Amino acid sequence: MRLLIIEDDSDSATYLVKAFREEGHVADHAADGLTGYAMAEGGGYDVLVVDRMLPRMDGLSLIRSLRAQNDTTPVLILSALGQVDDRVKGLRAGGDDYLPKPYAFSELLARVEVLSRRRAAAASAEPTHYKVADLELDRLTRKVTRAGEDIALQPREFRLLEYLMRNAGQVVTRTMLLENVWDYHFDPQTNVIDVHVSRLRAKLDKGQAVPLLQTVRGAGYSLRVEAR
Amino acid sequence: MKPVGPGAGAASSTPASAGGAAKAVAKGAAKVPAPRSALFRSTAFRLTLLYMGVFAIFAAFALGYVAWNARSLIEEQIRQTIDAEITGLSEQFRQGGIRRLVTVIEQRARGPGASLYLVTTPFGERLAGNVEQVPVGLLDRAGESEIPFSRNGEEQPAARPAVAIVRVYLLPAGFRVLVGRDASERDRLRAVVRRAGGWSLGVVLVLGVLGGFVIARRILKRVDAMSATTLSIMSSDLKDRLPLAGNGDELDRLAGNLNTMLDRITVLMGGIRQVSDTIAHDLKTPLTRLRNRAEEALRPTATPEDMRRALEGVTDDADNLIRVFNALLMIARLEAGQAREVMAPFDASAAAEGVAELYEALAEEAGASFTCAIAPGITAHGNRELVGQALSNMIDNALKYGSPAAGGAPTITFGLARDGANVVFSVSDHGPGIPPDQHSRALERFGRLDSSRSQPGFGLGLSLVRAVAQIHDGTLDLKDNAPGLSVVLSIPAARASGEPDGR
Repeated sequence: MRLLIIEDDSDSATYLVKAFREEGHVADHAADGLTGYAMAEGGGYDVLVVDRMLPRMDGLSLIRSLRAQNDTTPVLILSALGQVDDRVKGLRAGGDDYLPKPYAFSELLARVEVLSRRRAAAASAEPTHYKVADLELDRLTRKVTRAGEDIALQPREFRLLEYLMRNAGQVVTRTMLLENVWDYHFDPQTNVIDVHVSRLRAKLDKGQAVPLLQTVRGAGYSLRVEAR
Repeated sequence: MKPVGPGAGAASSTPASAGGAAKAVAKGAAKVPAPRSALFRSTAFRLTLLYMGVFAIFAAFALGYVAWNARSLIEEQIRQTIDAEITGLSEQFRQGGIRRLVTVIEQRARGPGASLYLVTTPFGERLAGNVEQVPVGLLDRAGESEIPFSRNGEEQPAARPAVAIVRVYLLPAGFRVLVGRDASERDRLRAVVRRAGGWSLGVVLVLGVLGGFVIARRILKRVDAMSATTLSIMSSDLKDRLPLAGNGDELDRLAGNLNTMLDRITVLMGGIRQVSDTIAHDLKTPLTRLRNRAEEALRPTATPEDMRRALEGVTDDADNLIRVFNALLMIARLEAGQAREVMAPFDASAAAEGVAELYEALAEEAGASFTCAIAPGITAHGNRELVGQALSNMIDNALKYGSPAAGGAPTITFGLARDGANVVFSVSDHGPGIPPDQHSRALERFGRLDSSRSQPGFGLGLSLVRAVAQIHDGTLDLKDNAPGLSVVLSIPAARASGEPDGR
């Protein structure tokens, strides 16, 4: 994945570039809005990570300008302003995701990876059928089977699994789950999401030799066959 | 300069104000000259001057109009008399010629208060009359004019010659007749008017100054008393309030508003003071823990496994601190009234169902009984995210602190109902509850009750709920659930599209 980090704080930019490279991605850095805009316009990036407050051209203007040119590269906005209205403004300007500072790198990584994957998937139509190992989910019949056996899920559990399967192999964080399954962006302060995930896990992996729903320490969850 | 001057005597009108205010006012009483400059600079005085000016102009106008009318009337009368005399004299001339005319004029001229007469030949030689001299050329043309005059045998006053309105009339055969009337009556009227004008102007000035002085003093006294009290309130601890006269006039309303403002300032200042105190106190604990963990990792005997565990702990601690700061920031921004633009009608029932569904599992896991009574189809006006956060905090709170005193898991009821123009969310438990006198403390930032200090948490939950209530123009109430606590969040319902905008 090629990504461009547009961030004026050189410390955090250096840290981000290094961390993304360690994860095997190609990360470039622009220190101000205009440079960032020029580099993004050159194209070729899978995801842009844009700080909201930038010298020479602020983040939202940059995104608006790109969108005005029909550039659909996914943009994740980083902002010290983590409030509801800021999020709305950011997404309205054309951002695809919004992460308030301070953030955990694992959260940023998970979100950026999902954004880049979504872009690749957007080219083809959303599949109606997901399959991970012997776990299958049919979005039309709303039927879930594991090794051919039906699994009965509550509507919300179904949506949870659907989201996990759509991003199978990726790490999804608790806040991503809260945002995408419950459509809330707040901080639940307790382990509410964990409880739902462990219930889903109990239904999916009970009596199975190979667990599919993995807990990724310090980051979140991932639906995949654990590599040994 | 302290605006305490005209406050002299205001001490009696401010019995309710505290000692500081009374003292400041009493000090003002000693400075008698001070009111002067304050008086002349006062709005009341300037208004008085303006009124006085306008009044004087009107008075002058009225007087001038009367004088002008009276003058016209007098002149008209004089002219009529002159016309009548000329008609009479012409008749005499027609009947008896110049001789008869001369005789008649000589007769008439002798009477007391007689008109002015002069008859001359076509060449200007005087034949009869009581006018000494007339300006050169006056008699050459017929017509009316005003001339200074003196009667035969009368001393001519040097300073102000008498003025007469005269008319020259040409008789056939070239004789000229001048008939005039003394116009001094008219001039006397002018003098009377002038005197009256002077007097009334004087009276207007004196009354205006007096009235202005009285009004200005009365208002200034109250305003200055207010300034003095405000000053003393500012210099003290903002506990005092301005006294109200109770008559509901402008100044009373001003004082009332100032008091409300002071109340708000006190609350805000209290909030800031309390927050900085508690930030210092409550955040020290996790920071110390964080530091201890870091030190642990740095110990020479630490194994890589120890270090890893310590760093994980440090990350968790940092995350918790970030969470606290995020909550604080959110509360502050909500209280500052930001995020108002993200208000819109939203499905409150669905939002409540969502949050309930989110927490049901957690409650079940904790062994708590979680009952929902969510009325369907309710639409509220506000922000779904903020309300969701508030509901999450309310339920979280009940799960944390709602366990019955006797032991066991909490029994929680989560409800949504429409109450008139409001949408009411409630979370009730049967835990130990909060004594009524501690309700306001429970809503403060970091306002943890001593009984809950042993539990995890920072005491920001309910103050965030309160901030959410505030920004929705709603309310947050803590009620006794007998036993237990009932937290009730009430926000405005969405207006039906047909209803007029405004409440």
